[in-house]
Amino acid sequence: MADRRVVVTGLGISSALGNDRDAFWQGMLAGAVGIDRIGGFDPVEFGCQVGGEVGEIKVNKLVPKFHRKATKLMSRDIELAVVAADGAVRDAGLKTRGTVNDGEAVGIEPTRSGVIIGAGLICCDLVELGSAVEHAIEDGKFSLSKWGGEGMEQLTPLWLLKYLPNMLGCHVSIIHDFQGPNNSITCAEISGLLSIGEAYLTIKRDRADVMVAGGAECKINPLSLVRQSLQGRLSTKYNDRPKESCRPFDQEADGTVLGEGGGIVVLEELEQARSRGAKIYAEITGFGVSCNFSDDFVTPEPNARGITIAIEKALQGGGLSPDQVDLLVPHGLGVLSDDQAEARAIVNAFGDHARELEVQVTKSRVGNCGAGAAAIDFVSTVLALTDGKVAPMVNCEKPLVECGLKLGGDEVRQVAMQNAVCSSYTYGGQTAAMSLSKFSE
Amino acid sequence: MECRRVVITGMGVVTPLGADVEQMWQSILAGNSGVAKTDLFDASTFPTQFSGQVRDYDPMAAVPAEVVESHRLSGRNSGFMIGAALQAWRQAGLPDNLDGQNSGPSVPAADRVGIYLGAGEGPLDFEQFIAALVEGWDSEAKDVNWSKWSQVALSRMDKVRELEQEPNMPGAHLSQLFKLRGPCLSCLTACAASTQAIGQALELIRNGDADVMLAGGTHSMIHPLGLTGFNRLTALSTRNDNPKGASRPFERDRDGFVLSEGAGAVILESLESAQARGAKILAEIVGYGSTADAFRITDQHEEGRGGISAVKLALADAGMGLTDIDYISSHGTGTRENDSIETLVIKAVFGGQAYKIPVSSVKSMLGHLIAAAGVVEFITCVLAIRDQILPQTINLENPDPELDLDYVPNVPRKAKVDVVMSNSFGFGGQNNTVILQKYAG
Repeated sequence: MADRRVVVTGLGISSALGNDRDAFWQGMLAGAVGIDRIGGFDPVEFGCQVGGEVGEIKVNKLVPKFHRKATKLMSRDIELAVVAADGAVRDAGLKTRGTVNDGEAVGIEPTRSGVIIGAGLICCDLVELGSAVEHAIEDGKFSLSKWGGEGMEQLTPLWLLKYLPNMLGCHVSIIHDFQGPNNSITCAEISGLLSIGEAYLTIKRDRADVMVAGGAECKINPLSLVRQSLQGRLSTKYNDRPKESCRPFDQEADGTVLGEGGGIVVLEELEQARSRGAKIYAEITGFGVSCNFSDDFVTPEPNARGITIAIEKALQGGGLSPDQVDLLVPHGLGVLSDDQAEARAIVNAFGDHARELEVQVTKSRVGNCGAGAAAIDFVSTVLALTDGKVAPMVNCEKPLVECGLKLGGDEVRQVAMQNAVCSSYTYGGQTAAMSLSKFSE
Repeated sequence: MECRRVVITGMGVVTPLGADVEQMWQSILAGNSGVAKTDLFDASTFPTQFSGQVRDYDPMAAVPAEVVESHRLSGRNSGFMIGAALQAWRQAGLPDNLDGQNSGPSVPAADRVGIYLGAGEGPLDFEQFIAALVEGWDSEAKDVNWSKWSQVALSRMDKVRELEQEPNMPGAHLSQLFKLRGPCLSCLTACAASTQAIGQALELIRNGDADVMLAGGTHSMIHPLGLTGFNRLTALSTRNDNPKGASRPFERDRDGFVLSEGAGAVILESLESAQARGAKILAEIVGYGSTADAFRITDQHEEGRGGISAVKLALADAGMGLTDIDYISSHGTGTRENDSIETLVIKAVFGGQAYKIPVSSVKSMLGHLIAAAGVVEFITCVLAIRDQILPQTINLENPDPELDLDYVPNVPRKAKVDVVMSNSFGFGGQNNTVILQKYAG
């Protein structure tokens, strides 16, 4: 069992830089920023009026006929996951019920194929709810007794099913007929990485041969914006310059910027991937999970010890010493205190070698996509490792002083890379890190 | 690597039948129902006007005074979780926390102790949420006036109450309370979540990723929108004239499940760790299976395909045959669909042996704790093994002619109970089964 190796064979994404692997990566390399003034609703009352929106999603086109009726039950979060999963499964060349043409044979063993997709606290459609609530207003005020009687009748009977966080994974499992292990991890901004990690362990433990894993969330909606505004975590000074608003590890950072999107990947047991001649992007070699402590459950402790522990465990799993790591993809939020703590934690994990690490961040490009964020980071890690290129760092003209990391550099860096670490943390405190290597026999 | 054995050394509950394991168990064996008229809010015009509320429970009562301030503002679900976790933690004989002050051979290292919860979201701040929607509603345009909505939401919603709705917060409170640096995860696979959490915690310990895991779950959906969602799905019993008789698993006249709330926690530990600490071993957990129906969002697979494979996987994982199982703690929700399909599942796996295995549902007394249901049922399985007694299914007045297994009707039964299976099936098709057995050295 210890010998089962796990490789990445498919990459899928939905993001403000595009809904496929190539568009996303070309955008990353070109220094493009998908963040703009929010268009989905009028953000005028908010301190932060910018975000990374995906635009129209035509999910119907991706969903096979037998499941098309169920697209009515897809909230935006679910759509973002379905799009990214479709991309990953197709990129891996997997013939599933969801990707085969009529008459073509399915090429997976459903019971050995699983799904783990991380999800956030899905916000309901306020316009839909509002038009039902209207029926429960009495003398200008909401009446709970009227709601229980006639108001709630206005909602479609299956209303709740759009908003359960496990539905991302359930729709994907139905579309592609993955009947194996299935979990829905809900750990805020590290859900995506935890899901990929658990999928890695699931294959390693011989519970499945192929797993579709990642996370997705739509953070661009009024309620999420209220929640994050109340936490004081959002950028407010750059509304007139949206492309400059999210500034991870920059002295001028004044908060993170929300986005919507997802990253979903296909992981496979090496022998199975080989036997079907799949293209192998990279190998996952280690996974670590821990926790930061925090008095307010939002800002990590000053040295973010939980991040250091997660990275150390990931390196240990991969049998890597810190100086063997070439690339680091951190969470990099653009919140000063958080970025400082994260930098300290990275330096504590890598020592002097931290200064040599290539650093690549995604939040300044696509925004902070909640449960999708760390999975998008993971996808970007795999792409950099495979392509031998590190995407330029934008909005980091004045890197944090003496933070011990090699930051900045607004050009693509061509670097021979062997090993990478993708590391993440979230409000609440949970941390995770994963080590991956370029595939070699 | 050889799989390590995993034992249970602590248990705690907060339920409609008491916030104490022994009290709940005595109440169950006495055939009490925790279901009554809902009074958390005025549900008098809803189709369902009763539920299983947690009553007379002070979430901070057991929290050490010096840290109460960090947890005082916990959401209802986090408050339940803290109480259940403290009971389990103390029963397992673990020190107050693992902050490094307490060390010695009997104290596990902080980074070897983790948390895996099936935690529901915290209840919505309904009053402010609705106020924003009512005041922001433009009844002519049939649309939300976002500027007005945002003003109300930003000024009245509360930072902590909003944060506490995030499903990773119950775990965040626990890691902070006990100062744990091991893996900290949360999942939300609907009604199967805390069984999934137990299964995944088992896997982490078995494979050496942790030595001790606090596993379990918490949930409260007894709030106006939670009730709305389930009532619209017509999933709930509407037997308003007889709340205590409303939860009728496997009975002819069952008309839906009863919405309840609460939390449960267990301490899972590697056998070596438990022995090294001299902890009292309550039972051993030996098998786990996780699958997906991959069928429909709205219905379980007609032949119970996913449930069957979860049960079979758990049996294979435990290395057990059909005659090894002494008792099945069913998912047994009391909906027409679940109870029929679950009966099919048991018959399909066990064949003729199915008629010899008692199957009961403690949901007949506790109602359905949603994400927390699995762990509380798991705890009743440990107690059944300890006391060699089977908890009964109450309200089983008229057998359903289609359902012909031994559902342990109405009275508890003395029996040889050494090996127990517990099933949880979630909305959307995620199925989880665990097997536990008497610890025999």
